[in-house]
Amino acid sequence: MNIHEHQAKDVLRAFGVPLASGVAVFSLDDAKRAIDSLPGPLWVVKSQIHAGGRGKGKFIEKDAGEKGGVRLGFSKEQALEHVKAMLGKHLVTKQTSAAGKQVNRIYIEDGADIEKELYLSLLVDRGSGRVAFVVSTEGGMDIEQVAHDTPEKIITLTIDPTAGVTDSDAGKLCDALNLKDQARTDMLGLSKTLYKAFVDKDMSMLEINPLIVMKNGRVRVLDAKVSFDGNALFRHPDIIALRDKTEEDEKEIEAAEWDLAYIALDGTIGCMVNGAGLAMATMDIIKLYGESPANFCDVGGGAGKEKVSAAFKIIMKDPNVKGILVNIFGGIMKCDVIAEGVLAAVRETNLAVPLVVRLEGTNVELGKKIIKDSGLNVISANDLDDAAQKIVAAVKGR
Amino acid sequence: MSILVDRNTKVLTQGMTGETGTFHTIQGIAYGTQMVGGVTPGKGGTKWSATLPDGKAVERPIYNTVAEAKAATGANATVIYVPPKFCAKAIEEAIDAEIPLIVTITEGVPVLDMVRVKAKLLKSKSRLIGPNCPGVLTPDECKIGIMPGNIFKKGSVGVVSRSGTLTYEAVFQTTQVGLGQTTAVGIGGDPVKGTEFIDMLEMFLKDDETKSIIMIGEIGGSAEEDAAQFLKDEARRGRKKPMVGFIAGRTAPKGRTMGHAGAIVSGGKGDAESKIAAMESAGIRVSPSPARLGKTMSEVLKD
Repeated sequence: MNIHEHQAKDVLRAFGVPLASGVAVFSLDDAKRAIDSLPGPLWVVKSQIHAGGRGKGKFIEKDAGEKGGVRLGFSKEQALEHVKAMLGKHLVTKQTSAAGKQVNRIYIEDGADIEKELYLSLLVDRGSGRVAFVVSTEGGMDIEQVAHDTPEKIITLTIDPTAGVTDSDAGKLCDALNLKDQARTDMLGLSKTLYKAFVDKDMSMLEINPLIVMKNGRVRVLDAKVSFDGNALFRHPDIIALRDKTEEDEKEIEAAEWDLAYIALDGTIGCMVNGAGLAMATMDIIKLYGESPANFCDVGGGAGKEKVSAAFKIIMKDPNVKGILVNIFGGIMKCDVIAEGVLAAVRETNLAVPLVVRLEGTNVELGKKIIKDSGLNVISANDLDDAAQKIVAAVKGR
Repeated sequence: MSILVDRNTKVLTQGMTGETGTFHTIQGIAYGTQMVGGVTPGKGGTKWSATLPDGKAVERPIYNTVAEAKAATGANATVIYVPPKFCAKAIEEAIDAEIPLIVTITEGVPVLDMVRVKAKLLKSKSRLIGPNCPGVLTPDECKIGIMPGNIFKKGSVGVVSRSGTLTYEAVFQTTQVGLGQTTAVGIGGDPVKGTEFIDMLEMFLKDDETKSIIMIGEIGGSAEEDAAQFLKDEARRGRKKPMVGFIAGRTAPKGRTMGHAGAIVSGGKGDAESKIAAMESAGIRVSPSPARLGKTMSEVLKD
């Protein structure tokens, strides 16, 4: 689960992480009060959307101006102008679609005198099975570009979960970031604080780009991007409360309520599959035969009739869907149950696009018979290859 | 021969009295697996009873702890169906009881719980398969987990996969082309797991009965690249078997988690192309289609 920058900063502030003062605003009136409450002389006005690359992004609306989603106000009036220009407008970044994301909230922050920009992130390193710090002296830039051009400037340090961040670990991080004096003292403590926040809150990623050293020699977290492990949210009701559903696809929210893994894509063939790997492979084979998937949809291992029916309806809500491929390899799932769920949904939605169903596994013959006897216009497939060819042919034939 | 499990494997079920545990214990017994008992805290001393698909009634003892169950039954493996919240504790208990093989089916275990488990595992005598995996199956001998037994056939292909249902595809297809399997292992789709490809490839290379190997990966992480490097190194030492591969997620968009917590292309790492290139450079024939794993293996073996 993702949260906004200002929320991420509030989470970190509670652990004692050094941050600038700031206020999140939803309206111009809020913004006026927020600007007045900050000392100046510099106000940083930041669009809040769940996507990176905001600074280098561009607004769709002309009256939002040419600048990106993060702007500097050198006076109260200018700060307010920035809020006015950006609020409600659609920001396109390299991580959004071409339609961009509407900016519904803005974070106004006290400016800082920056001496040096660094990069720091925490994530779960698969290779070692540990939490790892990734740091670089090249902060404030696109870190993927840094990793590509100068990989030696990115340093990774994994942390032993039984010991946590040791003094030796913290020292290595300071060395890697080339920190001296007060900044080093700050960072020795901050590395432990950030690790604690990461573990205590079950984060899956914490990215600080940039982490800055200010002209006064102190270290501060200037930007923060945090996502949480969805599997651990049950123990963090405070984090669940930070969820902003306006940032999510409506169909994806509905799917989550049914415990379905659904991701909207931009193709024409709707897919309903059991298992994430098979769902991806089904998307791949559709592409291999020259069409594109409209979604990723994993109905999971134990889906019953209602869940299958719900998945079907969600897929049908996408107006781009010109055909549907159901691909179920029953392990836990019984093919007859799937067949009945699919048929129920076909009847309820008055399905008007071609549907190909491929079933395999437990009770496969019964499942195929139920489909055949239904009298509905459902194309049965013998295997995955056959299924993909049939749905692509059916969609192209229209 | 086979790897990990055979007809002598004695299996406990942790979470046996739950719906999933009950269903799959029945399936395991019906397949001929030695399912010797269950562990449910607080229900020790009671009996688990069920009816097999053929109408036969079966009973198994329930114990409060894994250690008790191991002492009483001589179990050398355990399968875990415990809900995600309690799963790490269940695995840790099995590690403490020194169960040699722990297979965790549970999906949705918090990743930092697994970080803790992994640290403990590395200092232990146990091997963990999973979590979020379909299990391990040696045809006609032992079925641990949720794989459908009816698609298997005793044979010569070793199957190892990060994805559950794609394991079934590989098994089904190798059965259809007549090759059959020695053992199929689903290592699971989570980012932090007990066993990676390399350990399984090592076992398959060593196993005389395994004449060829299918390896199914997916986007995210670098386990496939690591495995490819391992295979190259082994080939230089003269150990090599014909291999077919597949990578799921060629068409997946960057930055989105595709169902499995582990299936994500992020930070310019873990995309399908780099994995396919690495596997091909290690001599693996990578099938562009998930529907042609069996046929591709037949072709490779003819060449």
